[in-house]
Amino acid sequence: MTIRVQDPGLETTVQDTGRLGYYSIGFPPSGALDSFAYHVGNALVGNEPGAAALEAVYLGPTLEFTEDTVIAVTGAEIPAFVDGEEIPTWESVAVSSGSVLSFGQLRGGARPYVAVAGGIDVPLYYGSRSTYTLVGIGGFQGRALRAGDELAIGSDARDPKAGRRLDAGDVPVHPSTAEVHLLVGLHSYRLTDDSLARFTDTEWKVTPDANRVGYRFRGAELEFVPREQPFGAGSDPANVTDCGYPVGSVQVPGGVEPIVLLQDAVTGGGYATLGTVVSVDRDRLAQTKTGDKTRFVAVDLDGALEVRKDRLDALDRIRSALS
Amino acid sequence: MTATETETRYDHGGDEFVYVELSAAMSLPVHFRSLAITRRLAEEAIPGVEEIAPSNASYMVRVDPDRLHPRDLVRELQRIEDEVGELSDDLVVATRIVDVPIMLNDPWTHEVLMKFRDRHQDPNGTDLDYGARINGYSSTEDFIDALAASPYLVTMMGFVPGLPWCFQLVPRERQVEVPKYVRPRTETPERAFGFGGAFAVIYPVKGAGGYQLFGSAPAPIFDGEQRLPDFAENDSVVFFQHGDVINYRRVDREEYDDVRAQVDAGTWRYSYKELEFSPSRFLADPDGTNAAMKEVLYG
Repeated sequence: MTIRVQDPGLETTVQDTGRLGYYSIGFPPSGALDSFAYHVGNALVGNEPGAAALEAVYLGPTLEFTEDTVIAVTGAEIPAFVDGEEIPTWESVAVSSGSVLSFGQLRGGARPYVAVAGGIDVPLYYGSRSTYTLVGIGGFQGRALRAGDELAIGSDARDPKAGRRLDAGDVPVHPSTAEVHLLVGLHSYRLTDDSLARFTDTEWKVTPDANRVGYRFRGAELEFVPREQPFGAGSDPANVTDCGYPVGSVQVPGGVEPIVLLQDAVTGGGYATLGTVVSVDRDRLAQTKTGDKTRFVAVDLDGALEVRKDRLDALDRIRSALS
Repeated sequence: MTATETETRYDHGGDEFVYVELSAAMSLPVHFRSLAITRRLAEEAIPGVEEIAPSNASYMVRVDPDRLHPRDLVRELQRIEDEVGELSDDLVVATRIVDVPIMLNDPWTHEVLMKFRDRHQDPNGTDLDYGARINGYSSTEDFIDALAASPYLVTMMGFVPGLPWCFQLVPRERQVEVPKYVRPRTETPERAFGFGGAFAVIYPVKGAGGYQLFGSAPAPIFDGEQRLPDFAENDSVVFFQHGDVINYRRVDREEYDDVRAQVDAGTWRYSYKELEFSPSRFLADPDGTNAAMKEVLYG
């Protein structure tokens, strides 16, 4: 049972919940950028929570199925077709052997996900099936899919069934300005108070330099507090003694173009970071594209944990409703 | 919030990370405290702790907030820090010293760095000329000599898999220090030898990077398919480990190409020896300790 890739789309990769436990030697977690869309996809097709799925960006892939199975398209707002007939998204759909899944033009968001009953069966690499293309490991041969690839499908679907649907009220909307919550801290003291205020006041625009490693934004210039640099950091005011970067952390090299690190993040470095995006809000960043606007809303730790809990409770509720 | 050089800062990196900065400045005693704390934390195997990443003068912990409240984790870390105390004179670290060939002022990094002068502090020179000047060397050649004169200690791993941050084992007044690029490059050659802050690195793969580019290593430090025996025999895709001592040995183009040929043939092996490193002994006699370590490696 396989999927034949007729057209790979753009940077379509195999992803799961990610690769934990190797941060200290430089492996970022990788895994689906929009965790909600990924988990709901698996729940819709009746997979166990960690099954591998496909993540695409901007364009969907064209995929042929060689046996009858059940799939679900989630994530970005994009029309999906099976053999030319539009199918509902956020709903499990039966496909027959020889059927072809294709996509129309993106209407909202950035990343569609394709879940398949049984999951995409690629070898585990350091405990995960996620692709980490930066060094070419994991997923399908460590790279984005190409035309002609044949992906095996796993056989351990718990309960594949067509017609499971996410309630319309639970389908994420992709507003014109994405709002993400930010816990200010880490090396935020390196920025002037004015600049920190400017950071959360500014409507930032996603630049073309936006991928699974991180998103770069444009919108304002930020200033550092002058100081005598501590030994080891380097003389540039944006420099700190090299340290670990949390996934979701925001750095501002040169005071321009802040970078938010995502799941394929570099795990450490020597640029000052001003805070960290709350983990569940990386889902929202994952659904923004070049030119989209983003606003960072400051929260404290309790606020961050509340945002997290609300989002994960909702996911739990959805999963039980679908099982 | 203040950032003194002595007071430990505990902070939250969003809901899933705790960042602990033992000092804003780098020093070996601080680094070994970070190692001692993170080792103890690993031994305690506290449920909810998912990743422990020691670094130069700080460390980071990834926590599952659904199992362990990040504030409770901070309390545990403060307790461990108190228990570990200051660097003990008796501390001895079992490690190894590795011979790492390096070609400085090489053609490959030179080509790339010239493309990114607009992101550099000194658009009109090269990274090596700039490093030599701001560190007070009268010639670039003297600067190059200093870079390879004494071994380095791996005090952090990361950025991408296998990249070692290397802190040169010389007294502070002899340590090289350079800023990172004003804005990071979008391109760095594979195996580039770079320098940022007080740290030397080898970039395992090509990609973005903000370090000054000084040279190239012929041998890989990351092998995703574990093709070379150093990687296959240790069942690891990365070669270096925290605490390794690295001796960067200058090679010319001929030796560089020879190592490349061995890598291509799948026969390349690093030369290294087991070693016990005593931080207090090093701090008391840096040059004597370095000479003894080199004797272990090459003697």
